[in-house]
Amino acid sequence: MSEFLRVAWLVVRKDLRVELRSKELLFTTLFFAVSCVLVFAFGFVRGGRAVDGAAPGILWIAIAFSGTLALGRAFERERYHDALRGLLMAPVDRPAIYLGKLVGLLLLLTVVEAVLVTMVAFLFQAPLFQYPFRLYALLSLGTIGFISVGTLFSAMLVRTRNRAVLLPVLLYPVTIPVLIMGVSGTAALVQPEPDLAMARLWITLLLFFDVVFVTLALWTFEPVMTE
Amino acid sequence: MNRRLFPLLTGLSLVIFVTAPILIVRAPYESTMGLVQKIFYFHFPSWMAMFFTIFILGISSVIYLFRRKPVADRLAVAAAELAVVFGLMGLITGPLWGIKAWGVWWQWDARLTMAVILELILVAYLLLRQYGGPGSDRLAAGLGVFAMANVPFLYISTEIWRTVHPRTSVVPTLPVDFGIPLWWSFTGFIVLCLALLTARGRLEEQRAAVDKLYLALEEE
Repeated sequence: MSEFLRVAWLVVRKDLRVELRSKELLFTTLFFAVSCVLVFAFGFVRGGRAVDGAAPGILWIAIAFSGTLALGRAFERERYHDALRGLLMAPVDRPAIYLGKLVGLLLLLTVVEAVLVTMVAFLFQAPLFQYPFRLYALLSLGTIGFISVGTLFSAMLVRTRNRAVLLPVLLYPVTIPVLIMGVSGTAALVQPEPDLAMARLWITLLLFFDVVFVTLALWTFEPVMTE
Repeated sequence: MNRRLFPLLTGLSLVIFVTAPILIVRAPYESTMGLVQKIFYFHFPSWMAMFFTIFILGISSVIYLFRRKPVADRLAVAAAELAVVFGLMGLITGPLWGIKAWGVWWQWDARLTMAVILELILVAYLLLRQYGGPGSDRLAAGLGVFAMANVPFLYISTEIWRTVHPRTSVVPTLPVDFGIPLWWSFTGFIVLCLALLTARGRLEEQRAAVDKLYLALEEE
């Protein structure tokens, strides 16, 4: 087990080091997320006021969009100089590589989401910071659910020709439950009379989703990636 | 795929599909909805056939991923295509019934939402198979597993999200007069589904054989 975690950590460290040197993924994803929210602002602000109840949806759609962008690029680096083959040929547990990639993406999206939440709260007058811990739970569990599926799909599409198109085509239908749970949970927190019991229910459901889909992805990563 | 299975299943489904309308006509009228309720005998079985095929898709995807049996892959393609077809039947008959029963064509109700999302996942599966290029069979198998695992989550999340559609508990408590034609149509759909599965699976098998022959020819 410790060997498994050590390999995963090595992958995370490698990705972080590459990212810290180039900052490519972080800056492009952040910029995309910010412009996404601005586009929504032009669509949903009428007569100087934000449309009621639009904030949770805008927040989660922006997360899903920028998450897809990051996911699409996550394995792109590995394509140069056949790095992916090198990774897969390393005498280590393959699911550990998946876990490492997943954690790396989670760290990246955490930074992006911190900016997104602040921006949405600011631009759409949503009381997002009213229950910070519950919102944090919703966001982190929702993101894990989204990228648990996304990392696997992105990895398996690396070798296909149409990967840029196919990733969102496959990813969105499968992760719709995450979006429903995330949006409904956030809406329960920011509505005029917050419904904490409902928010807790959605958090629990997200937790179940994460457990099932991370397990499934760890289980299928090896056979899907074997040539 | 068994060659004799197909005519047998087709014949059986033909018998059921010829006799089912008689049973449906003789079934009593539902008190509030009247004639339009008879869509039910078509609507419910087509959804059940869809769930049946998604289940087959999931199981054969798991088998293909871990055992690499080509027959499982062929079964998965056949099941996915059939699931799209049966899902479309449900999606068409649903609004036809909805406009009479609820007064609107579409409602963002739990079952309807779930149906649309499932249909979306299945179409994505077919897109991946069509445009994924070489090696997409294994990727599709991965997606098939995820599609099946998604069903309970979709069910729960859309159920909590909202519900106007009659509960599934309606079906077991149905009076016998309604129940007999319903389960008869249900059997018809499942048998038809199996017949089409064997036919489609065999088509895929022969296609693979032709591909192999072409390859052999090129090598010579």
